[in-house]
Parts: sequence; structure tokens; C-alpha cells
Amino acid sequence: MSRMVGVDVGGTFTDVFVLDEAAGKASVAKVPTTRPDQSGGFLDGISREVSDKSELSVVVHGTTAGTNALLERKGARIGVITTAGLRDVLEMRRRDRPRTWGLRGDFDPVVPRALRLEVPERTLADGTIRTQVDLDAVRAAGQQLIDDGCLAVAVLFANAYANPENETRAVAALREIWPNAHVSASSEILPEIREFERFSTTALNAYLQPEVSGYLTRLDGALRDAGFGGEFMIVQSNGGVMPVDEASRMPIRTALSGPAAGVIAAGYIATSAGFPDVITGDMGGTSFDVSLIAGGETVLSPQTSIDFGMVVRSPMIEITTIGAGGGSIAWVDKGGLLNIGPESAGSTPGPVAYGQGNDRPTVTDANVVLGRIDPENPIGGKLERLDVKAACHAIETHVGEKLGLDLEQAAEAILRVANSRMAGAIRLVSIERGFDPKRFAFMPFGGGGALHAGAMLDDVGLGRALVPRYPGVTSALGCVIADMRQDFVQTVNAMLEGLDTTRLARVMQDHVDRGMALLDAAQTRFEARETGFALDMAYLGQTHTVSVPLPVTVENGTVIPPTETQIAEAFDATYREAYGRLLKDGVRRVMNLRSAVTGKRPKFDLTTLAPESGTVEAAQKGSRRVHFGNQWHDTAIYTRLALPVGAVIDGPAILEQPDTTVLIEPGLRGEVDRFGNTIITRVED
Amino acid sequence: MSIDPITLAVLAGRMEQIADEMDATLFRAAFNPIIAEAHDASHGLYHATTGDTLVQGKSGLPIFVGVMSFAVKAVIDKAARDGDLGDGDIYIFNDAHLGGTHLSDMRLVRPYFHDGELFCYLASVGHWHDVGGAVPGNYNPAATDAFQEAFVLPPVKLARKGEIQEDIVDIVLRNTRLPQSARGDLNGQLGALDLGVKRLGALLAEYGAETVRAALDALSDRAEALMEAELQGLPDGRWEAEDFLDNDGIEDVALPIRVALEIRDNRMVLDFEGTAPRCAGPVNIALPTAVATAYVAIKHVFPMLPANAGVMRPIDVRIPEGSLLSAEFPAPTGGYTETILRMIDVIFCAMAKAAPERVVANAYGTINALSIAGKRSDGKPWVMFSFYGGGHGGSVESDGLNHGNAPISTATIPPMEILEAAYPVMFRHWALRPDSAGAGRHRGGLGAVYEIEVLEENGAEAFLFGERGRFAPKGVAGGAEGTMNVFAFEQEDGWARPPLASKIRGIKLAQGQSVRLETPGGGGYGPPAERDPGAVASDVAAGYLSDDEATRLYGPSWQEARA
Repeated sequence: MSRMVGVDVGGTFTDVFVLDEAAGKASVAKVPTTRPDQSGGFLDGISREVSDKSELSVVVHGTTAGTNALLERKGARIGVITTAGLRDVLEMRRRDRPRTWGLRGDFDPVVPRALRLEVPERTLADGTIRTQVDLDAVRAAGQQLIDDGCLAVAVLFANAYANPENETRAVAALREIWPNAHVSASSEILPEIREFERFSTTALNAYLQPEVSGYLTRLDGALRDAGFGGEFMIVQSNGGVMPVDEASRMPIRTALSGPAAGVIAAGYIATSAGFPDVITGDMGGTSFDVSLIAGGETVLSPQTSIDFGMVVRSPMIEITTIGAGGGSIAWVDKGGLLNIGPESAGSTPGPVAYGQGNDRPTVTDANVVLGRIDPENPIGGKLERLDVKAACHAIETHVGEKLGLDLEQAAEAILRVANSRMAGAIRLVSIERGFDPKRFAFMPFGGGGALHAGAMLDDVGLGRALVPRYPGVTSALGCVIADMRQDFVQTVNAMLEGLDTTRLARVMQDHVDRGMALLDAAQTRFEARETGFALDMAYLGQTHTVSVPLPVTVENGTVIPPTETQIAEAFDATYREAYGRLLKDGVRRVMNLRSAVTGKRPKFDLTTLAPESGTVEAAQKGSRRVHFGNQWHDTAIYTRLALPVGAVIDGPAILEQPDTTVLIEPGLRGEVDRFGNTIITRVED
Repeated sequence: MSIDPITLAVLAGRMEQIADEMDATLFRAAFNPIIAEAHDASHGLYHATTGDTLVQGKSGLPIFVGVMSFAVKAVIDKAARDGDLGDGDIYIFNDAHLGGTHLSDMRLVRPYFHDGELFCYLASVGHWHDVGGAVPGNYNPAATDAFQEAFVLPPVKLARKGEIQEDIVDIVLRNTRLPQSARGDLNGQLGALDLGVKRLGALLAEYGAETVRAALDALSDRAEALMEAELQGLPDGRWEAEDFLDNDGIEDVALPIRVALEIRDNRMVLDFEGTAPRCAGPVNIALPTAVATAYVAIKHVFPMLPANAGVMRPIDVRIPEGSLLSAEFPAPTGGYTETILRMIDVIFCAMAKAAPERVVANAYGTINALSIAGKRSDGKPWVMFSFYGGGHGGSVESDGLNHGNAPISTATIPPMEILEAAYPVMFRHWALRPDSAGAGRHRGGLGAVYEIEVLEENGAEAFLFGERGRFAPKGVAGGAEGTMNVFAFEQEDGWARPPLASKIRGIKLAQGQSVRLETPGGGGYGPPAERDPGAVASDVAAGYLSDDEATRLYGPSWQEARA
């Protein structure tokens, strides 16, 4: 009973990572994702590696079930009960629009207007109840929503962050008549000021509850039926894991589950390899996702939009996406300028070389034409071979002829423009965080990123790239190492001077108690327990807050609260760092308390993944012509996983493994480190 | 020199990136939320001798794309007069008659020298929280000259050869009610310029000045070619449109805005002959603003066009002298937003006659600057100031967006709870406005209803600067118009309405009394008779449309479609 399994279900593949810590062994499997019910692929993938499920101690799942339900609008029919006069908050958003230019497009909220009902009630900003909630009206509204076929209901009242009493009473009344457990109040899900963000998060959570809890319950049942007796956990968007019953109650916290696990793994791999500052790049069919890790720590953003108007406010690993993936289409506009995307062929029909009906050239087609991808052994194993001729024809027709370039020049042009856009995303992500990108290493994961690693060194001026040993299953690996983490928030909305620190301490204690209770209930062994507290603060008159980490100790589970002076000092330090100087005579204001309770799960030794033996000579499986710059080079091809630790490969070379191709361009050198990662650097001359 | 297409495509992205990074730098560093959150700012690279926009960031405010070249031109003229342009100089000014928009926008312009030779200009503009004048925040609906709106700073050197002139900083900071905020924004803008200098230097070192200059020229030429190709695809002809501003805030006389749009081959003329003359109140705009507005409208019609001056070369924008679209100093311009929204509306309406599928119907067309102010019981003053949203126009693709932001802006509205937490008010309504959408095959988006009650026992005063109280947003391609803006305020004897419809100062409100703002819905697209009866029925089911209005606008057929 010592094996741990991470399962990441993506759009195309379900990846499984199995760690047998006692034996010091790890194995991976990749199977097609099953749809609409992902549990088929999930169980199939585990079964490839583990026949007896009772040998498993932990199964951790990174899921896109919630993301897909949101993006495809396939959540449940749900209802909303809200304050009189505020029926349309969900639909009015924050008065934005889908695109800056063009003014086109409209918006359908996940809850249609007819299922958003108002009841008499009103709480003011200071928590005073101006109108008691009318419980008869609540029950009548609830019954109407039940009769209309709603499977979940969200109670969304104004200023419930300041005083949840009206919401709490309404929810209690509803729970008496509602036929299932899916009744939630905005103050339970997110007791934070800003009604649209709170309502949206709560409504989207309700929208996912029936679907996601059903899915997770089915999975859990299937695992148990197969003899699994360990703990089943789900990765949250904040990069931490939570128990499956918590995920069923808070499915919105899984909105970015899969990508978050990938970034967690990237951070751990890079830090272990000695590069705590790393920018990850996950290249998929339609997009390039960039995330920044500084000092081994991932950056969390407080909220994200899943789609226009679908805002989720809960801490998430910050991931910036640009539309430059392998399937992005290259085209020449009427002014004669070469563009990449935003249109994409995705993975279906996919690049021209897939032969599935697309005839416009993509980034992947350029890689195929230049010999960088082996047409006889396409990665992923779905296709027999790639159609090089069709890819050549598409590039010649749509790019070469229009720009007066020959085939190779046109393909190189596509890659240079695509690389330049990806490099731009990397620079912008670091600059927005106030970092100089040059101090970072680049870590590609996903199937396509490692083809472009060298270009990122050139374009951004990064010192090195680090290709993890299994870049295609990074998210599944992340599932196995992610910590258990719960985030809490409570709006305080008070001046620092005269702040009721006793009350603040009470809220902090409540957060710690609830977080620790979850850790206590887990079967998993934790190496350590950590608590972290921060206040969102600003000067009076400023709406942009800074997150101020608080110097708080927790002794034997009891919070020792900070004094007003300590908070003031912490604010000044943070503010000075962010803005350079303090505001003379500024009045300090406390907006929100954010707490995090983390159970550190034991990390496994990454040398488990390292190759055990082999020679460079034996790993070379041949050579082929590959185009770099302006000429073809005879290029050595290696079986990457057969390369020994310490192997040094000078470019041009290509390292192939079943789900990834690593490109080492002329002038670059690849070295296998002791974990089996490939470190790419410039050859010193 | 000619430039190869690969280098050109890469440089296009790299240069746009420089402007984007400058935007990001200021958004992160700015103190005031108008820049930090609403992104009311912009950065770019401009031509060394003409001031034409070479490259502009993607995230700044739409209206600045185009207006900035005038700001740079003003500096070029100033430097030519003084004959002392030097490396490391930075100019600062807010004069709207020279640089466009309004006095709240502080412009910094910095020449960029390469190997001792002027290569181009970098510029940064941002909306400061307060720049003096009669009204905090500078939205004075009754201003009759610029001096009542703000302090006016002509282009002067903020830095000479890299040395900040602290005297100038002192003058600027002494003329704002919020010197700390201003200082923070100024530092942010200087930081953005520094970053631009650094990045441009690296780019020139990598590619050489000649190649970069060739790329910039080629990009402008290509933008021009793109615009010409778009125009070539449109029919030749001349189409007119007119609309009206309610009044100028001083006298209740409607002010016509007229345009004649003419397309011949790959050329277009936008002629605003027939537009009202300069008026007394603050709905005048300066010539740079008018030309830049034409650009905003064009970019909404052709959203894929790049942001550089080449786009405007095939377009001749004719602004009549003496009109309110070319008002000279010191005419008040604080309400410029209303006028340029109306310019965009008429351009869309004229374009709709040429190629209806290329445009959307008119959006709500007013920013509704509403402030409610007073004193708390401890004597401390408070001012709640915000802009409010309305419906967008229908298009060939879909119905208009409900409750969107203005076409000239990308700013979002503050949350109701933030406003209620900061000020002694309570929103009785924050909702969509039923029966406000213009009918059509694709109807307009719905406007909104905001009803705000004063909780402060001392009462409060209210000010509104709005439009569309007399003339509704128009539909296109046979679509019907949306509804007008309606503002009302509670008094002892019931609800009252402003004599000038949507502009009023100093309404006295007692505790428990409210103001109510009902914003316009967008115009419809295509004849209402062509709307799918099922879509009408679902609008009725959602309560977007009342039964009676549905039948009046679309006929009775929707009732059969009712599920």
C-alpha cells in the first residue's frame, strides 16, 4: 500500500503518473481521454500501470471537468434568489465588453433572467440589517425554482460579506424544501466585498455542483469497487489538493485544476534542479500558456475570467495565455504582413499534416516541413504518419507565394514570427510582475514547447532552458507532489487606526480551525503544517490594494494576533517595495483578510526518474536532414529516455520520446542532469 | 532600404511589445485607479518629424490611439520654435487644444536619439485624478472656459538632458488637490518612458537603426495598403447622417453633428460640414480630438487594422472651422466624451448606408458622469463620482450587449458594494432596464436603471453630466432606435426632472431621497419584422420586453412562439 497515482485528464489525453516510493520507481501512461464521461479513460489509465487498486494509498486527480462544463456551458439548470433591485448583477457584469475593438458580441449569463428571483431583504455596507429577509418570499421563490427544474440554487444578497445573517436564514429555510444538497449562499463561498465577483463565483459554483459532484462520486465509487481503500483527492486552481467531498461542495475551485498541477510540478522540478526562478511554457494545440515561478514560489492571482463575463474569484495559479499553439494558422494579410493566429486548427482537424481536412498551414506544419518533427512517428500515437507533402503545399500556397519566399524560408518565417510572439508573452509576464526576464530559466512542458526552447533563449535572452524528463505528463506528476491547501477570505473594510484586532484574531482563528480540521480528517501524512495570513490594504482613496503578509505565529493551533503597530510596519514595508515610497499622512485601510492553511505532503526524490544506465552512442537511433536558419543540417536523432545522466549533446540534434520532441539547435548544447532533465545552454565559444 | 518579410513580421511584434510593456509599467506603478484599474492611459512610438503614430500599445484607452500624434506634434512645433531639443529632454503638458481630449490627461513626450540623431519620439499619457479647476475631478458641466475646468499647462521641459526640473514638478503639484496621487502617476509615466528608451535601445542595437526605420516605414505603408484594400471592397458613393447633442449645458438648444461619408475607389472622405458652431458650454472639442475620433470609429468598423498612422492616410477627415469640433483655446472641452460619442454614432450611421454588415447600431451614447457629494456628520466632505453603462447596438451577428462600456473607453464600473462601503448611499436598483432596447432583427442591448438613495442625515448634492435625453441611439439597416436617457430626482413633492434633460448641477437631496438614472438601450440592427418570433418570445419570458411593447414593436406573431 505505498503507491501514489496522479491522473491528469486533458482535452485529448489522460496522463497517469505512478510513484512507488518504497521501490524508488515511477512509471507513466498516456491513454485517450473519454468523453463525455472522463471516468472511463481515468480508470483505464490507472489500470495500465496498476492492476490491483488496493495497492494504492493515494489517488490525486487534476481535472478539466469543471473547466469544460464552464467553457461549453454544460453546467446544470440552476436558480438564483437575490436582493430586491439586484436581479441583473450577474448579467450586467462590471460593465465591460468582449473585445476592445468592434463592439460586437453579446452575453448570456449561466442563469437566465427568468430563474433569477428577487426577495425583500437588505443589509447595508456596515452590516446593519435595514430589511429583514422575508422567509415566506424565499420559500415561494425556492418552490418556483424547484418547479422550474432547477438542480441547484444560489442565494446572493447585497453586502452579505459584512453580515451574513439574512443569507444564512434564507439558506436554512431553503434547505428545508430543497431536494438535494446544492444550496449555497454567497457568504459561504466567498465572504468578500464586490457583489459581481462574489455572485458570479457563487453562481458558477452552483452551476458546477450537480455535474462535478456527480462525476467525482462516480469516480470515487468506481475506485472503491476496484478495491481502492486509500485517499482520493482533487487538485485545486491554487495548486493545492483537497479531499473529494470538499471538491464536490466547491467545484469552482477546480476551474484551473489541470494547468495548476503542471505549474506545481514545474516549480518543484526546476527548484530541485537548481533553478528556482523559472518561466514555464505549455504549448498546446491552440494556445501557449505561460506561468512564472520566482524563488520556487508560484504566483497566485486573486481571480480569473473563464470566459467573457464568467469571473471566478478564488486564488489561482496565474497563467497567461496567448493564441500561439501548434495548431495556430499562419496567414498573410492584405497589407502583406505574415500573421500567426488567432485562428487555430486546434487538434481537430489539426495541422495540414494530420490530413484531417484543414488545408491552411500551422506552426506544427512548419516544424514538419523543416524536418523537426519525425513524420513517420507522430507524437501521441494517434496518427500513423504525417502528410509532409500536404504541409509543404499549404505553406507554399498560403505563405511562400504571397511573400516571395521559397518553401524553407516560408516555414522558417512562420516559426520566427510564432517564436517572437511566445517570447513577447514571456517578457510581458515577467515585466508585469516587476522581474527582469533574463534571470529566469525557461521550462517547456506539454507536447510542443520543447521544439521552441532554443528560440526562447535567443529571443528573450534567457540563460538556459530546462526540459523535464517527462514534459508530457508534468501535470500528472504535479498531482503526486501538490500540498493540501485551503484558502479563506473575509472582508474587514476598516481603517487600521483603531482596528478591532480581537475580532480580526477571531476570524483568523476560525480560518485556522477550519483548515486544520480538513488536514486532521485527511488520511495523508503531512510533513509539516503551515499557516499564512495576508491583509489586502491600501491608503484611503485608493482602490488598488497591496497584499501585505502578516507576521503571525500559530502556537498549538492558537493564533497569536498581530498588533496594530505590527500591521502598520508590515504595510509600510510592502507598500514601499511595490511603489517605491510611502504616502505622507496617508490613512491606512484594511480591506480583506486572506488566510491559507497548508499541509505539506512529502516530496519524492526526483532522482527516482533519472535514467539508470545507457550510453550516448546506444541512444543515437539515426539521423535526418533538419533545416535551421538558412540551410539543411544532417542532424543526429536520439532516443531521449535512453541517454545517461551526464550525457552532453551538441546541436544540431533532436531528442525524441513518445510524447515530446526536444530540439537542440546549432550553437546550443543539451546536457542530461542527475534527474534526467535536459538542460539546454549556449555553447561557450 | 527594403526589408525582408520575416524581419518585418518579427519587428512588428517587437515594437508593439515595447508599447505594451510601457502600458504594463504604468498600470502597475500608477497611484490613481483611473489609470491603474480603468487603464485610462496610453503609450507609443511616434515619427521624428511628423509626429505620426508609428506603434501604439494594445491595452490603453481607444481614444488615445490617434490623438497622441497631435500631442507629439505640439512638442515638435515647440522644440522647433525654441531650437533647443536635446537628448534626455522630456516635455510635459495637459493643454487639450494642443494635445486633444481634456485637461485631465497629462502628456509626457520624450525625444529618442540614436547615435546623436533624433530617431523618434516616445510618449505617455495618463488621466490624473485632479488637475485643479473649479470642480474636484475636473468634470464641470457649467464651465464656459478652460480655466474653470483645470489649470492649463502648455508643453514645457520637465527634464533637460536627463535632469528633472524640480521647479516644474513644484508648479504641477501645487495645482492639484491630490499632489501625492499626481506624484505617483508622474513617477509611473517617467518609469514607462525609461523602459521604452531601454527597450528601443536594445532593439536598435540588435537590428540597426536603418532596418528598424525601414520596418516602421514599411509597416505604415502596409497599414495604408490594408485600409485601401478595405475601402476598395466597399461600394463607391456618398452617404450622409446627422444626430444631435441635447444642449451644451448652458442653453437648451439642440446641437447638430453632421457627417457626409464619401468613398471613391480606395479613398474615403469624412466631412463634418453642417455641424453646430462652437458653443458656450463644455461639449466643444479641439481639432486633434475630432480627427482622433474618426480613427476610433474607423477602427471599430475594421477592428483588425493595426494602430499606426498609415491607416488614416487614405482617409480625409474634414472638420469645419469655427465648429464645436474645432474649438479654439480657451473654449471649455471637459465634456468631450459626449461629443465624440455622437461623432462615432453618425459615422456608423453613414457607414451603415454603404455597408450595413460592417457596423453595429448606435450604443447608448453618453457616459453619464454622476456625482453625489456632501458632508458627513463629522464635517468631512465626500464625493461619489462614477460613469454609468448602457446598451450596445445590434449587429449582423447578434443582439447588442446589455450594459456595456462606452466605445471610446474600456473602463469598468466600480462595484456597488465598494461605493456603498465608501459613501453614505444605498442602491435601491442596480438592474437592467426593460423595454429599453432598440427593436430589430438583432435588437440592441438593454440599458440600465440605477436608483441611489442618500443615507447621510445631512443630505447631499447631486451633479449630472449626460446626454441622449432628447435624442435616442439610432438603429441601422432598418433597425429601430433605443430609448432615451432619463434622469429623475426625488424632492418633497415627488419626482422631478432636470430642465436640460441630462445635465444639472447642485440638486439638493435630503436623507432618504434618491436619484434615478435610466440609461439608453442600444439601437437595433435590421428590420424588426425579421426578428425570429421565438427570440421575441424569449425576451418576453426573460422580462427584457413587456407583452405590450413586444406586440407594438414586432407584431403579434411572437405569442404563437411562446413555449
